[in-house]
Amino acid sequence: MLDRPVARLAALALVALVLFNFPTLAVVERIVAGDVPLLPFYLFGVWAVVIGAAAWLIERQGEE
Amino acid sequence: MGWLAPTAILVSLLYLGLLFALASWGDRRAEAGRSVIANPYVYTLSLAVYCTAWTYFGSVGVAAAQGAGFLPVYLGPTLLALLFLGFVRKILVIAKAYGITSIADFASARYGKSGAVAGLVTIVALVGSIPYISLQLKAVATGVGLLIAHGGGQDVLAGIGADTALIVTVLLAAFSILFGTRHIDATEHHQGMVLAIAFESIVKLFCFLAVGLFVTWGLFGGPFDLLARAGEAGLSDRLAFTGTRLGAADWFVLTLLSGLAALLLPRQFQVVVIENLDIAHLKRASWLFPLYLFVINLFVLPIALGGLILGGTVGEADSFVLALPLVHGQSWLAIFAFLGGLSAATAMVIVETVAVSTMISNDLVMPILLRMKGLGLARKPDLTRLILGVRRAGILLALLGGYLFFQGVGEAMGLVSIGYIAFAGVAQFAPLLVLGIAWKGANRNGAVAGLLAGFLVWLYTLVLPSFVTAGMLPQSLVAEGPFGLDLLRPTALFGLAGLNPVAHCAIWSLSVNTGLVVLVSLLTRPSDLERLQAILFVDVEQSRRTPRLWRGEAKVGALEELLVRFLGRPAAEAIWREEAARRGRPLGPEEPADARLVERAERQLARAIGAASARAVVASAVRGETVGPDTLMEILDETQKVLEYSRRLEQKSHELEAATAELRRANERLRELDRLKDDFLATVSHELRTPLTSIRSFSEILLDNPDLDAEERAHFLRIITSESERLTRLINDVLDLSKIESGRMDWQVAPADLGELVRAAIRAGQGILTERGVALEVAIPAEPTPVVCDRDRIVQVVLNLLSNACKFVPRPGGRVRVELRRRGAVFEVRVEDNGPGVPPSQREAVFEKFHQLTGDLNTQKPTGTGLGLTISRQIVERFGGRIWVEDSTLGGAALCFTLPVAEEVAALAA
Repeated sequence: MLDRPVARLAALALVALVLFNFPTLAVVERIVAGDVPLLPFYLFGVWAVVIGAAAWLIERQGEE
Repeated sequence: MGWLAPTAILVSLLYLGLLFALASWGDRRAEAGRSVIANPYVYTLSLAVYCTAWTYFGSVGVAAAQGAGFLPVYLGPTLLALLFLGFVRKILVIAKAYGITSIADFASARYGKSGAVAGLVTIVALVGSIPYISLQLKAVATGVGLLIAHGGGQDVLAGIGADTALIVTVLLAAFSILFGTRHIDATEHHQGMVLAIAFESIVKLFCFLAVGLFVTWGLFGGPFDLLARAGEAGLSDRLAFTGTRLGAADWFVLTLLSGLAALLLPRQFQVVVIENLDIAHLKRASWLFPLYLFVINLFVLPIALGGLILGGTVGEADSFVLALPLVHGQSWLAIFAFLGGLSAATAMVIVETVAVSTMISNDLVMPILLRMKGLGLARKPDLTRLILGVRRAGILLALLGGYLFFQGVGEAMGLVSIGYIAFAGVAQFAPLLVLGIAWKGANRNGAVAGLLAGFLVWLYTLVLPSFVTAGMLPQSLVAEGPFGLDLLRPTALFGLAGLNPVAHCAIWSLSVNTGLVVLVSLLTRPSDLERLQAILFVDVEQSRRTPRLWRGEAKVGALEELLVRFLGRPAAEAIWREEAARRGRPLGPEEPADARLVERAERQLARAIGAASARAVVASAVRGETVGPDTLMEILDETQKVLEYSRRLEQKSHELEAATAELRRANERLRELDRLKDDFLATVSHELRTPLTSIRSFSEILLDNPDLDAEERAHFLRIITSESERLTRLINDVLDLSKIESGRMDWQVAPADLGELVRAAIRAGQGILTERGVALEVAIPAEPTPVVCDRDRIVQVVLNLLSNACKFVPRPGGRVRVELRRRGAVFEVRVEDNGPGVPPSQREAVFEKFHQLTGDLNTQKPTGTGLGLTISRQIVERFGGRIWVEDSTLGGAALCFTLPVAEEVAALAA
């Protein structure tokens, strides 16, 4: 059985995999601000959130 | 701007020197036990060796052409980092548990310590590294070229007709050899190197950010201005997914490949697994490493778009990072930009060559050389120089290969396209590695088949087309397939068209690879060793955490046998009795040992032969064959030491016993001597008292009777005088004896003539002879009779014998005969008499102290001291002779002694 933080991180990886790939990207592709596509902003944004979430999961575990 | 290129080169050289200093400082700190890299931050920065010139220069090139298409390369590792604490941690645990030194070593250990697997992995790693190294060469060479072009130094290089890439290759090779093969030991951590590349990660990050900030805020009015200008320039499509020119599958596969590469590239495996000092560092690294990737990529798109807006072309985009500062007159920024790229490239080359050359020497060349019996290497004590030589050759080979690849293929391709070739190559390790730690069923045949097939597919679908692109092979090969067979088109194998070539290669090669690993593993039987290694790898956590894995697999009898073998029977039986008592029942040899027992046995063994050996030995008893030749040698060595130690102990105890026995003997002797001394004292005092008594009584008579007549008085006085003389003699003899026995006798040793001495003694004894009317016969040969002795003492001996003889001869009619003759190596002196003789039972006793033959025929009372013969024996034996009593031809006793002939003494001494 996996430890809880390890399992949560693995789950986060799965979520990130989905968010970074199709079909999610197909949805993102339709969001346009004016005529500027937002794909890079979306990717960097999700990326930052994923890193933040990982940091939170890991560092919180350290405090417990 | 003529100073630009020289300055850049000077700064670069200083920078490389700084790296050296840093590395040796790191090594020194490590040696001193005060590691500077034992923290998650340095660990994270060392992982960032992932960002090479590809990231530094190439990402901008990709972004210029494909917008966000550069990102999967960093999203993949981000996903991998989220698995650090799961999947990657397991690899680290295994590597640390079994002392793994490279990815080839890892694969080989998992598949039954197979040399074939190790060699194959090494070859794939080497071939895969070559394009990647060539990418670094190309990037640095291009950078140098650009600096020179802008710095106006073309004429310098043209003058020496140099090929920039070759110069860069040679410099990097020299640098890597100096840097990477300072030490030999592959099992230890290269702490200095890790420190240096961590530092390089900081340098490249800051340099890249500096360029990014300059472009975004220096050349444009910030990101929004940049975005607006990009829209005006018609570059909006770069921001859309369509602009990546990748399909959904390409995107996914590239993400996957990158994630795998971040672990499987030789240098990544080196820093992630081998150089890791503490598994706990993985924790923080699993979000810090993605953060690093995130930050270093922030300005990729701005720089790419900025370069395009300002008139750069897509083809030049690989050098935007350097070109933009240059074109806009920021010379110092350009130097920094170049420095950042250089640090990215050197870090990659250093770690990659260290990793690959270690594999080449440890897993490919040395095993082959050691197996060649003719070389006799296995017997050589020191192979360090050879190994270092092989590693240096390996580094040269990798860099030279990189250069040739660059010359042949690289110039026609973008940096990232080259890099992807390497990614897809090392991804071939994934099936055997992932299945290897997750599925016990994977075996060596499967691993070899899968890896080999995947490698060939990779060569065919990705490397071959790159040769076509470079024009080294006909275009028709890719366009129409070999021999016009459409189904076999390398980039659209079996009709799988419409994919990015890298994704196409990865899909085919990884499918074939994985399929074969599974299929062949299921169809073939693994050896026992493979099965065992599989268990050790897949269940590494259990086998490390508790010995419970062994429950039911070890027989009590086997364990006991082990303990007997290493600890001796008494110790083993004592432990067993204890365990049986604890359980309240005897332990049967066939019953399975429980974890407690196994652990107890291992602990006991560990005390005797060390922990590592104990574990291996117990494991061998428990499950048959887990012990490799190296471990076995180690155990043997340790056992040898233990044996040697116990042998020495035994010897010591023997010596001790001997010493004790000697002491006991000495003690007994001392007690004997003590007893003898007491006897002696008693006898001496008795002997002294006898004359003293008579002296005293006669003196008293004289004193009490002053009117004694003169004759009587004279008679008494004579008695007193003679008793005093006897007392004096006695005391002299006692003193002599005590001197001789205590070794304080002052011997005057000198050559002498024995005949002469005997004659002297006879002259001295003339008085007593005459007094007793003894007829003396003397037989002394005329020729010289040389001896070495103390003259006076020997005269004393002869005189003593003579006077003894005189005492016992009848009176009158006493006859004494003195004879000297040579008997071989000795002279014999015989003093014979016609007295009563000495009965055989008394013949030894006469030499004892105070032994007196009763029956002085003449006086009926002892006249001697009883020490004369004792002293004589001491003297004669002191000079190597012998003294004894035998029957005389005259009818009485013959007292005889011998002394060695002087030549014989000399001969003996020589």
